[in-house]
Amino acid sequence: MPSLLSEKTDRELRLQVGLAGVLFVALAIGVIWYYFTPKYARVGYRPEQPVPFSHEIHAGQLGLSCLYCHTHVDDSVFANVPATQTCMNCHAKIQANSPLLAEVRASYESGRPVRWKKIHQLPDYAYFNHAVHVQRGVSCISCHGKVNQMKVVFHAESLSMSWCLDCHRNPTPNLRPPSEVTNLDWQPPEGKTAAQVGLEIQERLLINPPETCQACHR
Amino acid sequence: MLRVLLIFGALVAVIVGILGFRGHLGPGRPLMVFFDMDFQPKYQPQGQSAFFSDGRAQRTPPTGTVAFGGADFFGDAGAPTTNPDFLQADDVFYRGKEGETYVKRSPVSTDMPLLRTGRQQYGIYCAVCHGPSGRGNGILTEYGFVEIAKLTDPRVRSMPDGQIYHTIANGKGLMNGYGHQIPPAERWAVVAYVRALQWSQNASMDDVPTQFRAELEKGE
Ligand code: HEC
Ligand code: HEC
Ligand code: HEC
Ligand code: HEC
Ligand code: HEC
Repeated sequence: MPSLLSEKTDRELRLQVGLAGVLFVALAIGVIWYYFTPKYARVGYRPEQPVPFSHEIHAGQLGLSCLYCHTHVDDSVFANVPATQTCMNCHAKIQANSPLLAEVRASYESGRPVRWKKIHQLPDYAYFNHAVHVQRGVSCISCHGKVNQMKVVFHAESLSMSWCLDCHRNPTPNLRPPSEVTNLDWQPPEGKTAAQVGLEIQERLLINPPETCQACHR
Repeated sequence: MLRVLLIFGALVAVIVGILGFRGHLGPGRPLMVFFDMDFQPKYQPQGQSAFFSDGRAQRTPPTGTVAFGGADFFGDAGAPTTNPDFLQADDVFYRGKEGETYVKRSPVSTDMPLLRTGRQQYGIYCAVCHGPSGRGNGILTEYGFVEIAKLTDPRVRSMPDGQIYHTIANGKGLMNGYGHQIPPAERWAVVAYVRALQWSQNASMDDVPTQFRAELEKGE
């Protein structure tokens, strides 16, 4: 039987099919690597909150410390999202009739909390602790981005295990004096780089982040 | 050959067109394919509960009970306790009062670490209204807060320590209580720092250590 295709077409077709196969596998790997990792899935998550609360106004413009609202982030595992009472410290008087704050006032009267949507959420099998980081000079900015310039908070880092470990293996560039942790506009003093300051602090406080599994999976 | 490359290019363009790039801001919840043990049946701080009718896992303390703040684990488990902190029965420390009168002097002895804590807490909670030096000129005066007490006034200077403590915890007039934000030991630290501010605003040259006098006079 004579062959259906000439030898030239046959070679051509084999090459094309081969190329298509290689490209398809590469594409599949590329898509999974790019789209199925937390860097795509989580970063940029910005839910619509029940109250249009702006960190840009409160933390940036007014210069409130993060601790005013996120009380005990420096001495507990959890960074509290503020109670309605905290908002009413000021909003009982400031913008007291603003329609944007209707939800807050309703919550204050009824005693039911405002239903803020949680943005950063580790899986329940991973243990994370704010105090150990904040007290040792890791700033909020390293893990949450420039919150004081955000109108609406979004997920700025991937919070994946490799991201945790990248810093635990080399924390120096992210360290600063513990008193400056909530000052997101902090710059290293003149004539020094952040890494130099970090190295000094690491040596002074003997900082040695854990890399063993049971530190975070306990 | 070109055709394969063209189809490939079109496919990439379609995928990127639909899924976009990393870091795109939007309200889409992070996609979860495998749940593993990500959501375990346990309560997280500030979490939700399907059991309690108001949907809150964290309960507010019933009236007549004392919130347990990690002061005495054995006492919490029912063991007899001699720890006065456990029941917060020490009126002087926890309420700034002895019977019905405010205590004159703080029960906490003042030292440098206490003042540092006080300065930090004052800077976080009080300075927004009362101003960094206690003159009632904090940033909120620009947004419609008026009649903010000047902490350096003789009226406040002559208050007993207990009354300042009580005002921090429970508020007064337009000021809400800050008891839910500042725990008792830190309230006393703020009291100490307010006293230091008052003193510094009403001091004479004789109070300044000799080695700093020249510097201060130059600054005037
Ligand atoms: C006036 C009170 C206030 C101050 C000050 C404040 N926050 Fe917030 N923060 C909130 C509230 C309310 C929310 C919940 C609503 C939201 O996500 O916008 C929140 C949410 C957040 C979240 C997201 C939490 C989540 O759900 O994962 C982060 C991160 C955060 N704040 C960081 C900061 C940092 C860093 C600072 C200091 C620069 C700061 N906040 C100062 C009130 C405040
Ligand atoms: C230290 C005082 C203070 C606290 C605490 C505070 N705010 Fe504000 N808030 C302000 C000021 C000042 C403004 C700006 C008002 C203006 O621009 O005129 C503002 C503006 C706002 C606005 C915009 C209102 C409008 O009509 O433009 C919203 C919404 C808001 N705050 C929500 C909150 C929520 C929610 C909380 C509690 C987590 C909170 N604030 C806590 C001082 C405060
Ligand atoms: C080392 C990284 C890191 C630092 C530093 C850090 N955070 Fe977080 N933050 C996280 C992670 C991870 C979560 C999610 C925790 C969870 O879901 O259990 C989180 C969650 C939060 C939340 C939501 C409530 C909660 O605890 O789950 C708030 C609010 C918050 N952070 C505020 C802050 C503030 C304010 C600072 C600075 C004082 C800060 N964080 C510093 C990593 C960090
Ligand atoms: C930007 C740097 C940085 C990132 C990101 C970071 N860590 Fe850390 N972590 C540190 C430092 C610094 C320490 C403190 C080490 C010390 O005190 O010696 C620490 C300590 C810890 C500890 C030790 C607590 C103990 O009891 O000793 C745990 C657990 C931990 N981190 C978990 C995490 C997890 C989980 C993540 C990711 C969600 C994370 N960290 C991300 C810097 C970081
Ligand atoms: C610095 C903290 C830290 C250390 C150390 C650590 N992990 Fe993790 N691990 C995490 C976090 C955070 C996650 C959740 C990541 C996510 O949700 O993207 C995780 C997730 C995992 C998962 C689940 C992955 C999945 O997607 O289902 C496994 C398995 C795991 N870790 C194993 C280990 C092993 C084995 C070690 C020791 C070699 C280890 N981890 C050390 C923080 C840590």
